Amino acid sequence: MVYVVVPQERAIAESKLDLLQGTLDLMVLQTLETMGALHGYGIARRIEQVSGDALILNQGTIYASLVRLHQRALIRSEWGVSENGRKAKFYSLTRLGRKRLTAETRNWERVAAVMGRVLAGDGGSAR
Amino acid sequence: MNQWVRAAFEKLRAIFGGEELDRDFDAELTGHLELLIQEHRARGLDPTEARRQALIRLGGLQPTRELHRDARGLPAWESFAQDLRYAVRALRRDAGFSTVAILVLALGIGANTAIFSVANALLFRPLPFRDPQRLVWIANTEPEGGLSGVTTRVQNFQDWQRMSRSFESLTGFMAFSDYSSYTLVENGEPESLIGFMVAQNFFSVLGVQPEIGRGFTDEECKWNGRPAVILSHGLWERRFAADPRILGRAIRLNDRDAIVAGVMPRSFDFASVFAPGSRVDLLVPFPLATETDRWGNTMAVIGRLKPGAGVARTQAEMDLLNRQIMRADPGRWMFGARLTPLQEQISGRFRRALLVLLGAVGLVLLIACANVANLLLARASVRRREIAVRTALGAGRARLIRQMLTESLALSGCGALLGLALAFAITRTLSGTHAIQMPLLDTVGVDGTALAFTVGVALVAGVLFGMAPAFASAGPHMHDALKDSARGSSEGQRGTWVRGALVSAEIALACVLLVGAGLLLRSFLRVLDVDLGFQPARTAAWRIRPGSKYATRVQRVALYRELIRAVRSLPGVDSAGISDTLPLGRNRSWGAWLRNKTYGKGEVPIVFPRVVDAGYIPTMRIALRAGRNLSEQDTADSPRVVVINEKMAREFWPGQNPINRMVVVNGRDLRVVGVVANVRHSALEQEGGLEIYLPFAQEEFAVDEDLVIRTKLEPEALAPSIRAALRSIDPLLPTAQFQTLDQIVDRAVSPRRFVVLLLGAFALLALALASLGIYGVVSYAVSQRTLEIGIRMALGASAGHVQLRVLRQTVVLTLAGAAVGLLASFGMARWMRSLLFGVTPADPATFAAMIMLLTAIAVLAGYLPARRASHIDPMSALRCE
Repeated sequence: MVYVVVPQERAIAESKLDLLQGTLDLMVLQTLETMGALHGYGIARRIEQVSGDALILNQGTIYASLVRLHQRALIRSEWGVSENGRKAKFYSLTRLGRKRLTAETRNWERVAAVMGRVLAGDGGSAR
Repeated sequence: MNQWVRAAFEKLRAIFGGEELDRDFDAELTGHLELLIQEHRARGLDPTEARRQALIRLGGLQPTRELHRDARGLPAWESFAQDLRYAVRALRRDAGFSTVAILVLALGIGANTAIFSVANALLFRPLPFRDPQRLVWIANTEPEGGLSGVTTRVQNFQDWQRMSRSFESLTGFMAFSDYSSYTLVENGEPESLIGFMVAQNFFSVLGVQPEIGRGFTDEECKWNGRPAVILSHGLWERRFAADPRILGRAIRLNDRDAIVAGVMPRSFDFASVFAPGSRVDLLVPFPLATETDRWGNTMAVIGRLKPGAGVARTQAEMDLLNRQIMRADPGRWMFGARLTPLQEQISGRFRRALLVLLGAVGLVLLIACANVANLLLARASVRRREIAVRTALGAGRARLIRQMLTESLALSGCGALLGLALAFAITRTLSGTHAIQMPLLDTVGVDGTALAFTVGVALVAGVLFGMAPAFASAGPHMHDALKDSARGSSEGQRGTWVRGALVSAEIALACVLLVGAGLLLRSFLRVLDVDLGFQPARTAAWRIRPGSKYATRVQRVALYRELIRAVRSLPGVDSAGISDTLPLGRNRSWGAWLRNKTYGKGEVPIVFPRVVDAGYIPTMRIALRAGRNLSEQDTADSPRVVVINEKMAREFWPGQNPINRMVVVNGRDLRVVGVVANVRHSALEQEGGLEIYLPFAQEEFAVDEDLVIRTKLEPEALAPSIRAALRSIDPLLPTAQFQTLDQIVDRAVSPRRFVVLLLGAFALLALALASLGIYGVVSYAVSQRTLEIGIRMALGASAGHVQLRVLRQTVVLTLAGAAVGLLASFGMARWMRSLLFGVTPADPATFAAMIMLLTAIAVLAGYLPARRASHIDPMSALRCE
């Protein structure tokens, strides 16, 4: 029995994580676009606030997203001083990151629109 | 830079620069945590609670670090590295086991790499020419005629060059070039060199360039043109200290000044491609002229096909062309064209042998794998508890299998490294030898392809021998292992069965190899046993090239007479004679016929002439069957005579006495005065053709001759005095080199011996490994059953009885393996039929002997543990529990 249950649980957990990864990257990019340079804590707080605290992050996960974006040169980082006077790393968008954000946003909106129509079951042509 | 490339690069950096990135991230994380704590403090929590809440919001410090590390690096690679470290630790802990396994694998993998390198050089790698797949060999169509039967006349060559449409270009070389040697008199002793005459466009057609200098000019390629040479790289280094200033200078060659036009690159060794087993020092121009046309069929032709022109289509074109030429000029004879891709012509006849060897080393490696798998299985049962503990701590089945496979890959990796060293040593020895008459041997080496092959073999081997133990030890029945730790409890039927099957498979594979090696060995012995028609022992040959001082036949005859007389009078010399054509060397052929008989087209018999003196036939100990030998009285002024061999006597005058009959050779009438035994002159495996012996005093052709000397001691011992005797007559004669007839015979059988030695070594290795396998399995079974045996003996079983029970296991395993191996051997023997000589593929003696050898060794390997079992002391065996 154990063997049957474990993989199923794992499968669901993984798919949740996948969904979160892509969306989290997009949220980080959008946050940096509106707020300018921010450190990891600031990004996490901002996302939570904007979502009306509907989304509570494990704030550590933000760093996985930041590493991914940084490795693809979508964001750049710089050491600076935070509001409490401590050393902190500030992230900001690169030109490539801005382009990417536009493309991803458009894509996301299309997917969301299609999903919305399909889930609403209105049978309209999904262009 | 593409963002994905950049990301990959960053990931690589992350793997190697991990520590710095960790420190960097720690600083960032600390800052983040402080801000979080501040936030919670602001809500009125006390410092401890604020920190706790902050850590919860963050998701923990360590998990966040790991998340970060996984995101920036390659988690799969890192866990592989971890597995590898663990594997190396595990293997070091078990040093004895690891050493044996690595050595066994190194032998297996090293042998594979070495043989692959040879096969690669001869079969797989393209020839060292430009677009070699478009090069074809154009042979004449008289397979019975020796070298003359596969070469063509200059006239034919020129017609082809003019008329054919499918060739981009045609070239050739003088195939009988080793009939003439070149005496170099230049800073040092006079030295006899071998030079090959090549057509002017030889280099451009093959697509090879002199390393320095140029090809031959038009002026140099005329008949009697200005002498020029191109040096081989070897000669240039050896005689001229690789001095580039030699270019354009004249060297003294055959009493004439020859300009050094160029030096060939090291990568192009004419001999290794076109005259394997010998040495070619010089290339000289081959004039395509009426004078060289008169030499008859002497030219080996190579063509470069136009792109897209297939061999079959070109062959059809050539057949058509040849019919046209024949119609226009009906006088031409011994004339045709058979096209083969050049690579096939050069190494095709070694294909089967090399494939057999490749298969054989593959089998050896399989046996080695089975052996290591058995060792691993035995070890796995020892490690059952370790693995059970890891399972209990949460290691998944897949993870465990991966871990075990990593261990076996680490083993095969170490084996491969050591094996590579072995392969390097073997290939280096092979490429340095001139003793084996195989083409392209000098290019054998462990190159990139061989390295890739080795990596592939190591991977396959690692997975192969790691698979069974990995699955067996990571099986679902692990919880039993924790409970059932009592020594001496039986380990279950499945493990025993797998081990037994592996050992039987080893026996079967070893059986195939043994039978193959046995058949080849018998063939080899049969070949050595062949009646050569002459006796090579204690006989040596010196190549004599009379300088231009001896321009006329009379002068040359006088010189040779004098040389022979001087040598004969030396103490220790039995007899001496001369011949221009030694057996197993050159083989030119002429047409011969009877005056009163009419022959159809292509029916004129082909004979192999040897221009000799009276001493040659007795010195070679070629038996006289009828009539008389040639004598000193057969001179230029006496009637023309000839001695023929038995085969020719049978062919020309079946059932009649050939003595005093007349035969026409090359248009001259000769009287048969004697009949001698047949000599195997083209190969040991092949009966000779029709042979004639002509007195050298009556022949214009006798220029360079081999001085053949039979001695009472080994010829090496007499060499200095013979050399001195020759020098005393003419100090300018090159006398440094001589070859014994044993060496000549040896060289002729060298490819066969090469294959026999290697296959024999592989078979012995296989036998040793298989018996090691039996020994291992039976010993293991005995040690597992110590308790059981102890009880049996306590209950009264005799030592003999115990031995018998243990031996029974061996015999069952061996017989099962031998039965399968026997069937496989029949298949393999038929496949290698073309390599056999004088034995049938199903030779009962070989099969019986090899099966007996295999069984005897196997039973011996099983007997040793059986004897130990019978010496078990029941008391101590029982006390152990």
